[in-house]
Amino acid sequence: MTNHYIDLKNSDCILIMGSNAAENHPIAFKWILRAKDRGAKIIHVDPRYTRTSARCDYHVPLRSGTDIAFLGGMIKHIIDNNMIQEEYVKYYTNASQIVNPDFSFKDGLFSGYNAEKRSYKKDTWTTMKDEAGIPIRDYTLQDPHCVYQMLKKHYDRYTLDMVSSITGVSKEDLLLVYNEYGATGAKDKAGTECYALGWTHHTVGSQNIRAMSIIQLLLGNMGVCGGGINALRGEPNVQGSTDHAILYNILPGYLKMPSGPVDTLAKYIEKYTPKSTDPQSVNWYQNYPKYTVSFLKAIWGDKATAENEFGYSWLPKLDDGKHYSILHTYDAMYAGKIKGFFAYGSNVAVSSPNSTKVRRSLEKLKWMVNVNIFDNETASFWKAPGVDSNAIDTEVFLLPAAASMEKEGSQSNSGRLVQWRYKAANPPGDAWADGDITMKLMDTLRELYKKEGGAFPEQILNLKWDYRDASGKFDALKVSKQINGHYTQDVTIIDPVTGAKEENKKGETVPTFAKLMADGSTSSGNWVMAGSFDQKGLNKMAKRGKEDPTGLGLYPEWAFAWPLNRRIIYNRASCDLEGKPYNPNMKLLEWVGDKWVGDVPDGPAPPMANKEKGKMPFIMKVDGVGAIFGPGMVEGPFPEHYEPLEGPLAKNLMSGQSLNPAVTPFKSDLDKVANADSKYPFVCTTYSATEHWCSGFTRWQPWLLEMMPEAYLEIGEKLAKSLGIKNGETIKVASIRGELKCVAMVTKRLVPFQIDGKTVHEVGMPFNYGWRFPEDATDASANYLTPSIGCPNTFCPEYKAFMVNVSKA
Amino acid sequence: MKKELVKLIDLSRCTACRGCQVACKQWNELPAKRTRNLGSYQNPPDLQWNTWTLIRFQEHEKKDGKVNWLFRKDGCMHCTDAACIKVCPTGALYHTEFGSVSMHADKCIGCKACITACPFSVPKYDPETNKIAKCDLCYTRLQVNQPPACVLSCPTGALQIGAKDAMIKKAYARAAELGGDANVYGDKFVNGTHVVYVLPERADVYDHLPVDPKVPLEMIIWKDVLKPAALLTAGAVVAGCFLHYITHGPKTPDDETTCEGGNKS
Amino acid sequence: MKISRRRFLSMSGAIGSGVALSSLGLDLTALKAHAAELNKTDQVRMARQSTTICCYCSVGCSLICSTDKMTGKIFNIEGDPDHPINEGSLCAKGAGLFGMTEVNQHRLRKVLYRAPKSNKWEEKDWDWSLKRIARLVKDTRDKDFITHNEKGELVNRVESIAHYGTSNINNEECWTLSVACRAMGLINIDHQARV
Repeated sequence: MTNHYIDLKNSDCILIMGSNAAENHPIAFKWILRAKDRGAKIIHVDPRYTRTSARCDYHVPLRSGTDIAFLGGMIKHIIDNNMIQEEYVKYYTNASQIVNPDFSFKDGLFSGYNAEKRSYKKDTWTTMKDEAGIPIRDYTLQDPHCVYQMLKKHYDRYTLDMVSSITGVSKEDLLLVYNEYGATGAKDKAGTECYALGWTHHTVGSQNIRAMSIIQLLLGNMGVCGGGINALRGEPNVQGSTDHAILYNILPGYLKMPSGPVDTLAKYIEKYTPKSTDPQSVNWYQNYPKYTVSFLKAIWGDKATAENEFGYSWLPKLDDGKHYSILHTYDAMYAGKIKGFFAYGSNVAVSSPNSTKVRRSLEKLKWMVNVNIFDNETASFWKAPGVDSNAIDTEVFLLPAAASMEKEGSQSNSGRLVQWRYKAANPPGDAWADGDITMKLMDTLRELYKKEGGAFPEQILNLKWDYRDASGKFDALKVSKQINGHYTQDVTIIDPVTGAKEENKKGETVPTFAKLMADGSTSSGNWVMAGSFDQKGLNKMAKRGKEDPTGLGLYPEWAFAWPLNRRIIYNRASCDLEGKPYNPNMKLLEWVGDKWVGDVPDGPAPPMANKEKGKMPFIMKVDGVGAIFGPGMVEGPFPEHYEPLEGPLAKNLMSGQSLNPAVTPFKSDLDKVANADSKYPFVCTTYSATEHWCSGFTRWQPWLLEMMPEAYLEIGEKLAKSLGIKNGETIKVASIRGELKCVAMVTKRLVPFQIDGKTVHEVGMPFNYGWRFPEDATDASANYLTPSIGCPNTFCPEYKAFMVNVSKA
Repeated sequence: MKKELVKLIDLSRCTACRGCQVACKQWNELPAKRTRNLGSYQNPPDLQWNTWTLIRFQEHEKKDGKVNWLFRKDGCMHCTDAACIKVCPTGALYHTEFGSVSMHADKCIGCKACITACPFSVPKYDPETNKIAKCDLCYTRLQVNQPPACVLSCPTGALQIGAKDAMIKKAYARAAELGGDANVYGDKFVNGTHVVYVLPERADVYDHLPVDPKVPLEMIIWKDVLKPAALLTAGAVVAGCFLHYITHGPKTPDDETTCEGGNKS
Repeated sequence: MKISRRRFLSMSGAIGSGVALSSLGLDLTALKAHAAELNKTDQVRMARQSTTICCYCSVGCSLICSTDKMTGKIFNIEGDPDHPINEGSLCAKGAGLFGMTEVNQHRLRKVLYRAPKSNKWEEKDWDWSLKRIARLVKDTRDKDFITHNEKGELVNRVESIAHYGTSNINNEECWTLSVACRAMGLINIDHQARV
């Protein structure tokens, strides 16, 4: 989230699209209804009428996988009706920059496409710079090659008729939403967007979000109270687990994971440190070397020295251009290339797409370690229905873990609020906290390497690994301080202006990432978390101050929000060029005299009107402004509508490209596809229920299981009637990849769509169920149906749109 | 009465997250039972001895043909003229100082008279303990000025508790704000209940919600005339059976109520 | 209304026979004896209270756990009214957090091991299990470790071990896992952020 949960109350219009907030983030709805109490309009755009829809002003059903068409139509409507926040668009976005004249877009493809590789060469996806390296701008936004005009041209094709025909949303409903939401382009109005997995789980997942980001920039809704792009993340610490990079492509703090060609630290820093000559750009990532070296110091400790490039060579490296997401991992596992698998706190046999492929892959492992608090379909895959355990050679370990209330540590919510939790009891039996499991496992492994040597033992033995308390247990506070960072030696800083001397002692925690250095004098496991402790070691994540001086719900003394306790990021964009808030009733920030007052600002520099020292508000962007033209994406700088891998249409109504051109489908015999196939005529989507969590460790909790006891398919009354299906009866659901039996829930809440003049039905089912528990359950994991394919930027699988058939069992 | 309280249920704010349904079980240590999906989110299908509050799910088609998913938190209404108390032969059910209806479990003899008497079908029988079970508005929490577990858990303000007058005033203000068919339910019958709804739709739209709940006349006769005598002359068990027989004949109320779930329109 | 603590959280309906409910059953006798004369509000007031952050969605609601000082067991968990986001409220999952504590008979309490071709779990102790896992990791890593890729670039990695992690552990655990994976030379590293 760029903003935070409480801030939802400050909005004038909340678009819930790609999210079922009332069901999956019920407490968020507390704040959404407070906005409604203030008169805000709440809009739910979703294929299904859900518990969220029930409390919104409008529910607008759209066909799964057509969000970009819907949003593209909104971009066109906003531009055509001049609903933009003009000053914001001119000065705080790249709308005024001039696009490379060689950049083009034709029939669904941007310039630079390589059909064989299904990827783009991005050399024309650039904006023009003058001789000094500063972007050329046309603040009138009239130049036909300026981003704004290019945007207008790109979305000119997204007419109401076209969008309605693709999405199934009536033109009246389109206009209703476009006008309500577009009205937040007024300077003193804020609109916000709540999305979740409903947007990410598509082959165009990242571009769904990009499309909305463009709208938010056009309407001046980024960086303001009640605005922003708000990912309501699905898991309790998915923010933290991403921040700390349990991911192949990044290191903690969103540093890039190095690849083969970048074989020295110098090359790495050169490649990833952005440069700007624009005096008004902060270009915060110019500090990249400081964060990199501080991270290397944190992982390798004293072993990391300037002489050995701070241990850069000990890091494993990726192959350039190759991906190692879980989808790729299963593909490799299915091909027999993976021997050992750690499945920590997860149940991939239920949660990953194309369950058949996943389960067949697990059978090929030599060993697997599953850490969990309950048994699950992954740990017990070798005794699943229809599996011959005698034919499976995998050694399986199921390690009992502590539950969240049985251990101490911090957790980061979607609003980047990092809060401390305490241990209330010991875990039962032999169960251990995950921290202890990792600690002890590495201890054992390191012992082996010390004793026996082996392949490149430096990598394992140079790891700094002393995070224990006096009793030998995992010490969360110690790790937390290591993440925050500290001075590795005495450091004296002399202020260049005042000459004041600041003495910092070795071992003191760094109070801000602004103090991190690239010379090895500081260590920080994750620079975004620097500042979670003060210099005396006070743990800010445990703070429980209830003051709210702005009245905007920022609660600056409650826990710690990264970065630097900033509650709303890009908050300087809430003020005009002079530093006065666009909405005087919600003073998130204001330039008063010579400083910012309010939230922790994005840097102390004056507002842009100060030609000498003023800075642009989007400090993390190299050009200082919000990106309407976004060349960082793999499938194009402007989001374009493509159909899901599987859909009801033989041809994309928008262009000759059906599937996202940058997606490469997997080719195994279990990766079957049935697009526009009469055998699988119904659109299907999957989701979670309020009463369950992900792959279903909630199934083991009787109170929750009692409310949602077994798998079901939601099916509209009309479709059910035509198939002769009655409410509550057992039915069969099949995709080309798999089938299952579950209960039919016949409902008025799902209505058919009119797509390209034809009636298209959509059904949906939760993915929380599996055979292992309850014991009398059927093997009704929804992911038997889903395809192994994902967004080419993030590889989030396409769980939300695929094709099935439904029949009486 | 020392401090009459009303729990206000504003259904226009309910998201059916069912925090209340579980918070009730957590606090009151009520077990779960194996259920089946009967084609509805509503589960268990009805109030049970182990489920004192339940969110009912009901799909309702509005006049304009649009779907409206109604959620209603069901549970004890804590009547002022409480049929259950009137009919209880042993004094197990009683009014607390807050106006709520609580129960001395040790006095309950499992006669089930209250089950047939209650106009809201709230008390449920637990065959294992041979006792009645129902919501007591978290009496021990009220005693230490803590909200009932359901009210504490409610994210959206659909559940509130406070002084009777203030809550009823609030209910009317909210109904007026909502307009249309919105109305207040609970203050007008059985001499007022201590649970009051703001209903966005007319009462007759909601499943299992009596439009005009009454204490049956025979209950009043029983309480005022027969019960004192019966308690004096016969053993309590006999009295309970007798009452049940004279009011309803030789019928046993179901302790495992089933229904087809909440998808009826 | 006091119900038998033994029935608490057990499912009384037909549930199949598989999991050994009795062997994983509750033993709350100590708590029961101590608490017999007190009602629950009194028990809560006398308990050690600590806050925790909910382990389900990402709103970050706070809850108060009440732990019996004599037994060290949690007996009540409810919303934290002081928390600025949830203000004491909880959804169904949060309100049921107590159902995930030790009272849940299904919690794993032992390391379980399944040998090749076996059709059953065996209980093992930590020492044996950690040694066995470390041995498997080392053998796999030593065999498959590559210092250079096909292009001859220095990569120092092992491709035949994968890690799929969780987003339901503390930050400190995330970070240690993240760096441990790198120190083992893993590159197939992923977690629930994508699902």
